[in-house]
Formats: sequence, structure tokens, C-alpha cells
Amino acid sequence: MALHLVFLGRLEDAAGGGSRTVPLVPSIDALLDGLESGLASALRGPRVKLAVNGAVLRDGEAPVLRDGDEIAFLPPVSGG
Amino acid sequence: MSDVRLLAGAFDPARELSAFTAAHPGAGGVVSFLGQVRAGGGVEALELQHYEPLTLPAMQDLAKRVRGRWDLDGLLVIHRSGVMVPGDPIVLAAAAARHRRDAFAAADFAMDHLKSESWFWKREKAGGEWRWIEPRDQDFEDIARWG
Repeated sequence: MALHLVFLGRLEDAAGGGSRTVPLVPSIDALLDGLESGLASALRGPRVKLAVNGAVLRDGEAPVLRDGDEIAFLPPVSGG
Repeated sequence: MSDVRLLAGAFDPARELSAFTAAHPGAGGVVSFLGQVRAGGGVEALELQHYEPLTLPAMQDLAKRVRGRWDLDGLLVIHRSGVMVPGDPIVLAAAAARHRRDAFAAADFAMDHLKSESWFWKREKAGGEWRWIEPRDQDFEDIARWG
């Protein structure tokens, strides 16, 4: 029972790696509460978007997490 | 049909443009934009990171929006990810249309939206150190003019 986390861009540095696997918890809030506080505050940044299994969450959306979900943390894009 | 590709390795813009042009003989005009890694500023390398579930699907959605907005014969969007060095092509956008104004506007719109909305994260290597690049205000201003 696990969640797969993906950290994009500068969040990769904050997390010390591009991805990690953590035990399943039911919500994004519970997930963030279980991470190091410095990383959690970077992930809670106002311009960081989240995607669950490739679908970007709208502001305030709080999905119930399930075993095997992939949660991606997306800082502002800077491409092209 | 649009040709939208996300590439992990180098591509040859001249060859791609030539094939695209040949595929649209009915178009009176083809407008293209090539973005390349800028030399100077001590930049040794540039890396574009993408996220598989989002990046290419969003590029395909953008292509659909462009096709819905202008009357085009063809649209080509090729974008690199991975590590590049100065002079390497990053992005090629080309629009083929019966009339040149549609082609100019479509390529311009596609580039503004690729720059400010697509799912890429950029870092530069200078002096042996990698540094993430934050988005530029100019990119948001560029996109705002499309309403």
C-alpha cells in the first residue's frame, strides 16, 4: 500500500531526488504532514500545482488517495 | 493533421521543415520558428525536464486549439527534452496555410503558449553548477496579448 511521489523542477532539489515512494495515506494533507517540514512547505507553495495520476488538481480539490496513485508536484513551468 | 512530437534526442530542423513543406504542397505559405540554446553568459548546457503524463498530451491539446483558431493545411510542433548544449535546436514550430497571415499568427500563438504553458522545467549549467530557471514575466505578457 504505497503512493509514488514525483518532484519536478526545483522541487527535485528540495526533495533530494526526482521521486520517492511513501506509505499510503488517505489525503494530500496527510501526505504533506508526513514529509520533512522544509520539503512540505516548498510543496505547499502557492504556485505549486499537483497532479494525481496525470490529472492536474483544481485549487481546493482534495481527492481521496488510493494504493498506487502517482502524485506529481509541479512548480511554475519555465520551458521552451 | 498535426505533427506533434516530444523528442529525447537531437533533431535536424532543416530536414523536418523540408519534409513538412513537401507534405503540404497546397499551402501558399509556411511560417516556422526555431528556438535554439543560446550561447554566451557562461552557459555550458541546458536541460529541459518534462513529465510524461502531462507534457505531450498538453502539446497535442495546444495543437488542436491552434487548428481551431486558424485555417491551416498543417501544423508541426517538435520540442526537445533532456540535456542540450549551445547551438542545439530546442523547439521547431511551423504552420502551413493557404494565406500567410494565418500561418504567421498560428506559429506565433503556438510559440507563446509553448513557452508559458507547456509542462517543461528548465535548468542551466554554468561553472559546472546546475541552476533551475524561474519563469519570466515576459512570457506571461506574451501570452496575455492573445486574449
